[in-house]
Amino acid sequence: MKFYKKTSYTEDFRLFRDGAAAFWYALLGLALVAAPFVLPAYYLSQLVLIGIYVVAGAGLMLLSGYCGQISLGHAAFFAVGAFTVAVLEKHGVPFLAAFAAAGALSAVVGFVIGLPALRLSGLYLAIATLAASFIVTEVIVRWESVTNGASGLNVAKIRIAGWVADSEPKLYAIVLAVALAAMLAVRNIVRAPLGLAMMAIRDSETAAQSMGVPLMRVKLAAFAISALLTGLAGALYAHKLQFIDPDQFTILVSIEFLVMIFIGGIGSMHGIVLGAVFVIALPQLVAVAKDYLPAAVAQQSGLQAAVYAVVLLAFILAEPTGLYGIWRKIKHYFSMFPFYRKGSLRRAKSFAKSETW
Amino acid sequence: MDPLIVFLQAVVSGISIGCIYALVALGFVLIYKATEVVNFAQGELMMVGAFFAYTLVDLGGVPFVPGVLLALLATAAFGVILNHLLLRPLIGSPAFTIVLATVAVSTLLRAVVAMIPGWGVETHRLSNPLAGQVVPIGKLVVSAEHLMVIAVTVVLVGALYLFFSRARVGVALQATSQNQLAAGYSGIDIRRMFGLIWGISAAVAALAGVLLAPAAFVHVNMGYIGLKAFPAAVLGGFGSLPGAVVGGLIIGVVEELAGLYAPEGVKNVAAYVVLLAVLMVRPQGLFGISKRVRV
Repeated sequence: MKFYKKTSYTEDFRLFRDGAAAFWYALLGLALVAAPFVLPAYYLSQLVLIGIYVVAGAGLMLLSGYCGQISLGHAAFFAVGAFTVAVLEKHGVPFLAAFAAAGALSAVVGFVIGLPALRLSGLYLAIATLAASFIVTEVIVRWESVTNGASGLNVAKIRIAGWVADSEPKLYAIVLAVALAAMLAVRNIVRAPLGLAMMAIRDSETAAQSMGVPLMRVKLAAFAISALLTGLAGALYAHKLQFIDPDQFTILVSIEFLVMIFIGGIGSMHGIVLGAVFVIALPQLVAVAKDYLPAAVAQQSGLQAAVYAVVLLAFILAEPTGLYGIWRKIKHYFSMFPFYRKGSLRRAKSFAKSETW
Repeated sequence: MDPLIVFLQAVVSGISIGCIYALVALGFVLIYKATEVVNFAQGELMMVGAFFAYTLVDLGGVPFVPGVLLALLATAAFGVILNHLLLRPLIGSPAFTIVLATVAVSTLLRAVVAMIPGWGVETHRLSNPLAGQVVPIGKLVVSAEHLMVIAVTVVLVGALYLFFSRARVGVALQATSQNQLAAGYSGIDIRRMFGLIWGISAAVAALAGVLLAPAAFVHVNMGYIGLKAFPAAVLGGFGSLPGAVVGGLIIGVVEELAGLYAPEGVKNVAAYVVLLAVLMVRPQGLFGISKRVRV
C-alpha cells in the first residue's frame, strides 16, 4: 500500500499523480504506437473506431460527466462534423482546413443549442437537446443541394499536402494523435479553473453561483468544447466509413454515447477510454458468442440490442460507477490485501463525484 | 375544396393524433409526479399494451371491448412488476442513472418483442369494430376512429380527474407526489402508491396503443411516438396533468397544420420547434411551476 503525502496544493493539479503513474501511461503510449506493427488489419480497424469514440466520449464526458448537463443530442454534433468535412472536401478544401472547420461549426451549433441550457436544467435540458438534434438532422436531410440529403455523401481519403492516408495504419496514426490530444485537452480543462467551475456546477448549481462561478459562461464553454470534440470525432468517422448519410446519426447514436460514458464510469478520464472499448467490443463479442449459441437464439435479429440492454441494466443495478469503478475496486483489493472489506468502497447514493486523483 | 374545410379537417385529425400524444404524455407525467422518475420506456409500454390487445383480440378471439380491457389490466400488471424489479432498487440513484435504466428497458422491450414468435418485427392489424366508418358533421367528414380517440380521451381524462380529486387512493397519490415524507407520516404506504401509479400509467399507455393501432398498426417500433409525446409533456410543464393534455393537443394540431401549409419536412420537426420556442420564453413549460432549489 502506498501512502501519498502531499506537500503543496499544486500536487492536486499535476498531469500525472506521480512518477509511477507517468511511467505506466508512457508504456501504454508506446504500446499504442507499436500497435500497427504487430496487430492484424482487422483489430487495427477496431482500434481506429475506438479512437474515434474516445474523441466523442471525451466531449460528452466533459459536458455530462464533469459539468452535469445531460445531452440527448450529441449525434447532431457528430453529424455536423461529419457532413462539414465531407462537403468541404468535396469542394476541394484541404483536409486540415476542413477538419478545423468541422470542429468550429460543431462548436457554433453546440453554443446555440447550449443557449437554452442557461435557463433549463436536468430533464428540460435533455429534451431541449433532443429536440435540437432532431431539427439539425432534419436540416441535413432536407438541404439536399449541399448535403445530398438522404442519399448520402462519399468521403475521400484523408490527404495532407500530398501525403494520403490510404491505408489503415496511416488513418490509425491520425486518429491516435487526435484522440491523445482530445484526452489531454479534457484532462487539462478538468484540472484548470474552468473544469473546477464545471464540477462545482454539477454538484450544486446554486452553491456554485453563490461562490461566484459565472454559470452562463461556464455552461456555454462546456457545450461548445463538448460539441467541438464530438464534431472532430464525426469528421474522423466520416473518413473511416468513407460514406455518410443522415440515417447514421439518429437518437440511437446519442444514447450510445451516453451509455458509453456511463459504462466506462461517469466523471472519470479512464471511463472515456474504457467505455469506448466496451461499445466497440460488445457487438464483436456478441457476434463471436453467436457461434456457440443454439441456432434458434443466434438467429434472432434483436439479440445484440437485448445483450446491450441487459449489460447496461446489470451495470446500473450492480455497479453504477462503471468499468472504472470495477478497476478501482480491483486495485484497492490488492493494495489493501488482506484487509479489503465489502464496504471499503461503498458507494454513497448521491450524484456522481469526480474521480479522486 | 373549400380552404376552410381543409383547415378544419386538418385540425380534427390533429386533435385526434394530439389525444394520443396526450395519453402517452399523461403516462410520463403520472410517473414523474409521483416518483420523480422520467420513464423513457413509456412508448414501449404503449407498444406492449397494443401487442397484448392484438394477441387477445386477433389471435385469441376475445371480443373487442373485453379483450382491450384485459390487455389494459395485463399492461398495468406489467408496469407494476417493472417498478418492483427495476425502479424500486434504484430509489436514491442520480437522475442520470435512472434515465439510462428506463432507456435500457425500452431497448430491451423492443428486442424481446421482436423475438417473440407471432409478434416479431412485422406490422399487425388490430381489428376494431369502427374500421372504415365515417361520420359527416356538416361539410366535414370525420372518421369514426378519430372520434373514438377523442371521446375515449375525454372520458379518460375526466375519470382521472375524478379519481385524483375524489377517490381516497387518488388523494393519497396526490399527497405522495406533493410531499413523500409528509405522506408517509400520514400513514400512506408510499411503496404501494409507487406500484399503483406505475400500473395506472402503464394502463393509460396501453390504451393509447390501442387507439393508435388503427392509424399506425401494431409493430415493434410504434413506441417511438414517445419521442413526440415527450415534447408534449415538457411543453405543458412536466408534472402538470392538464399541461400534458394541452401540450399533446397543441403538438398534434401544429403538426397537422405544418403538414398542410409548410414545406415538406417541417411536419417531422414541428413538435420540436414549438417546444424550443416555448422553452425559450417559459423554461418551466406552459403550466409548470418553477422551483427554488435549496443548497
